[in-house]
Amino acid sequence: MAISGDNVILEISDMSKEFGAVKALKSMQLKVRPGRVHTILGENGAGKSTLMKILAGVYQPTTGSILLDGQPYAPTNPQDAARAGLTIVFQELSLCNNMTVAENILATREPSRGGFINDKLLVRKAAELVKELGLPVSVTDQVGDLSIAQRQLVEIAKGLSIDAKVVILDEPTSSLSDSEAEILFQIIGRLKEKGVAIIYISHRMEEIMRLSDDITVVRDGSYITTRDKTEVTIAELIALMVGRDMNEIYPPRDVAAPASTERPVLSVNGLSRGEEFENVSFDVRPGEILGFFGLIGSGRSEVMNTLFGMAHAFAGTVAIDGAQVKITSPVEAIERRIGFVTENRKEEGLVLSHSVESNISMVALDGFSSLFGFLKRKREREAAKAEVARLSIKTASLDTIAGSLSGGNQQKIVLAKWLLTKPKMLILDEPTRGVDVGAKFEIYKIIRQLAAEGTAILLVSSELPEVIGMSDRVVVMSEGKVTAIADPDQMTPEKIMHFATGFAS
Amino acid sequence: MSDKSAASAAFKQVMKQYGGIFLSLIVLCVIFSVTNGRFMSVANFLNILQQVSVIAIAAFGMTWVILLGEIDLSIGSIIAVAGMVGAQCFAFGMSFVPALILTIAAGAVLGLANGVLTAKFLLPSFIVTVATMGIYRGMVSLPTNGAPAMIMEPSWTAIGTQSFIGIPIVIWVVAVLFLFNHILLSKTKFGRRAYLTGGNREAALYSGIKVDRLKIIIFMISGVMAAISGVLLSSRLFSAQTNAGMSYELDAIAAAVLGGTSLAGGVGTMIGTLIGALIIGVLNNGMNMLSVPYFYQLIVKGLVILVAVYLDVRSKRAKQ
Repeated sequence: MAISGDNVILEISDMSKEFGAVKALKSMQLKVRPGRVHTILGENGAGKSTLMKILAGVYQPTTGSILLDGQPYAPTNPQDAARAGLTIVFQELSLCNNMTVAENILATREPSRGGFINDKLLVRKAAELVKELGLPVSVTDQVGDLSIAQRQLVEIAKGLSIDAKVVILDEPTSSLSDSEAEILFQIIGRLKEKGVAIIYISHRMEEIMRLSDDITVVRDGSYITTRDKTEVTIAELIALMVGRDMNEIYPPRDVAAPASTERPVLSVNGLSRGEEFENVSFDVRPGEILGFFGLIGSGRSEVMNTLFGMAHAFAGTVAIDGAQVKITSPVEAIERRIGFVTENRKEEGLVLSHSVESNISMVALDGFSSLFGFLKRKREREAAKAEVARLSIKTASLDTIAGSLSGGNQQKIVLAKWLLTKPKMLILDEPTRGVDVGAKFEIYKIIRQLAAEGTAILLVSSELPEVIGMSDRVVVMSEGKVTAIADPDQMTPEKIMHFATGFAS
Repeated sequence: MSDKSAASAAFKQVMKQYGGIFLSLIVLCVIFSVTNGRFMSVANFLNILQQVSVIAIAAFGMTWVILLGEIDLSIGSIIAVAGMVGAQCFAFGMSFVPALILTIAAGAVLGLANGVLTAKFLLPSFIVTVATMGIYRGMVSLPTNGAPAMIMEPSWTAIGTQSFIGIPIVIWVVAVLFLFNHILLSKTKFGRRAYLTGGNREAALYSGIKVDRLKIIIFMISGVMAAISGVLLSSRLFSAQTNAGMSYELDAIAAAVLGGTSLAGGVGTMIGTLIGALIIGVLNNGMNMLSVPYFYQLIVKGLVILVAVYLDVRSKRAKQ
C-alpha cells in the first residue's frame, strides 16, 4: 500500500451506491492525502462520476462512510460540501452565460449590504482571484462571449473561490488547448503547495502521469488498486482499467461476419463538420456490427447525428448501396431505412408520458393508417403486441405509460419502434446505458439477431468491453478523428484504448 | 356488444378521465337549479349552448395549440377580423358562400403567419401571438376607421338567429366542429403526431415527424376555428365590431385547461375542452340569471377555474 494510514484528509471506506437494481458502486474505498494530486482512473461508467457526486453531496451513498479531516462527512447538497471545505469543478459547465465573469465566480456569495450587491467590491474580489490564478480573462466580460476553454477556466476559478481542503477536478482539460491546460497545471501546482488535496479525473494518460502523485483505478463500480505514480507504467494502468473476462457477458455470433468483399450498405468518405469531427471515413456491410469507440468528446455521437440528417456535414460524402446521397433530415434518413437509437432515450427516444403502444408505433405510423390518415388501431395494436413479445418487454399492458417502465424495458421500446420500420442500417448510440445486466444481455442478443438477419449495425459505445465483445470491426475515434479501424486480431482492450486516448505505444 | 353496454362503457371511460371536471359541471348545475327555478329547463340549456358556442369553437382550436406546448393569444383578434372580412365581402356585393370561404381563409392565413413565425423563425409562440394579437386587432379597424360595420346579409345572420329541426344552427355548428376536431385528434395519424410532438418534440423529430409543418398546420387550425367563431359572433350581432372577441383567448385557454389539456403539451382531449367550455357557459348563465354584478362574476369565475384545475391535478397525481 503506497498510502500510509496517517495524514489522510479524505477517507472513503466500504461505500456502495445503488440506483434501483443497478449497482453503480460496490466496496469503493479511497484515501486522499493533503498536498497531493490523486487521480481516479477508470472507463466511462466505471463509477467515477457517481463517486464524485457523492462527495459533492449530489447523491447519498447506500452504504459506507466518509471521513473529511477526521470528521464524519455526509453532505446532502453541494452547499454542505462547500461549507465542509470540499469543492468540485464539474465537466459540464454550470455558468450563467448572460452574466459577467465576476458575477459567476462569486455567485450566491456576492458581497452585499442589506440585500444590495456591492458591484465594485464584487469586481475587485473576483479580479484578485482571477489575477492570482493567472487566468486570461477580464472579470467584466460576459461569460457568453468567452470561448469554451475560457469558460472552463472561469468554472475552475469559481470552484477555487472558496478556501477548500479538497478540490475535485472532473476532466478539467477536456476542452482546453495545451497552453490553457498549462495555466491549469500551474494553478494545481500552487494549490498543492498550499496543502490542498486534489482529486483529479482525466482520460489523458500523459497528463495523468505528469500531474499525479497517487493513482486509484476503479472498474465496474469497484475499487481495484491505488498506486504511487512512480511505481506504475501507462501500459499497466490501462490493463488494470480494462482487464476483465468478457466471454460470458456477450452472446457469441451464430452466423459468420460478412466477407470483406461484400458491397457496403453505407460508405462514408472524408466526412467533416468543423471542430466536431474531420475526415471520417468508414464503411459497413449488411449484417456487420461495426463498433465505434471513443471517449467523451471524441465526436462519435456527432458523426451519427450527421448521418441521420440532424446536422449537416461541411465536407465529405455518404453513399448508401453504392449511390451517393444527401440526407438533410431524419425524415430522409428514415425513408432510406436508417434507424437511430439515440444516446438519451428519455430526451430523444421516448415520449415518456405516452403509452408503450404509441411509442412503439411512432416511426412506422404510416403503415398503420388508411388513405385518409385514419389510424388502424387493431393493426397497430397487433404490431405493438408482437414487438413486446419478440423483445420480451416487461410491461403490464400496451397502455402502460412508457415512463413508468425500467431503463432496460424503455430501451427495448426504442429498439422496437425502429424494428417496425425494418431498417437496412441501425445506429445504436450507447444502447445499454443505464440498463441492468440482465436486460443488457437481452439487448445484445437482439443486436446479434438483427445482424444475422442482414441489418448493418453501427454500435457506438464508451464501454470498451461492449464494443470488443459485440463488434466485427471497431472504428476508434479520438478528438474528432478516426485514429484506427481495428480488425478482430487487433481488438485488444489495450490497443483500442491506446488509439482512443491518442497515446500511440 | 349491445348499444346499451357500449354506451355505459363509454360513460365509464368519460367518468374515469373527466370525473373531476364533470363533477364540477354537475355541482354547478345543481347549485344554480336550487337558487333559481328557471335554470333547469331545455330552453335555458339551449340558451347556454348558444352563448358558449363562440368560446367552445375557439377553444377547440386552442386545444390543438396547447397540446403542442404552444399558445395562441391572437384568436380574440382573429374573431374580430373574421367578422370584418365578412362585412366587407357583403359591402362589395359578394354572395354568402364566397364570403364565408374568404372569411375562413382569412383565419387560415392569420394562423399561418403565427405558425411560420413560431416554427420557422423560432420565436416563442407567446411572444409571436402577443404581437399578432395587437396587429390583427388593429387591422380590424382598417376598412372602417374604427367604426362597426353592419351585416344585413340574411344567410349570414340566419346562422346566429335561426334554428334547424328545433335546434339553433349555432349549436349544430358547434356539434359538427366538435366531432371534426375530436375525430381528427383521436382517430387519425395527424392527431397522433400532434400528441407525440407535444409529449416530446425531440423524440418526434428523431422519429421522422415533420414537426415544423405540423406546428404550422395546427396554428392554421386555430386560426380557422377562431374565424368560424367570428362568423357566429358577427351573425348574432348583425355587425362586425372592432372590439369583438376581446379577451376571448383567455376564456378559450380556461376551457381547454379546465378540460384537462396540459400547458406542458402532450395531454388533452376535445371532450374535456367541451366540458370546460360548458362550465364557463353555465357559470356565466347562472350568475346572470341571479343578477350577480359583473365584477363578482369575474371573481367567481377565476376562483372556480382555480379550484377545478386544482382538483383535477390532485386526482391525477393521486392516480400515479
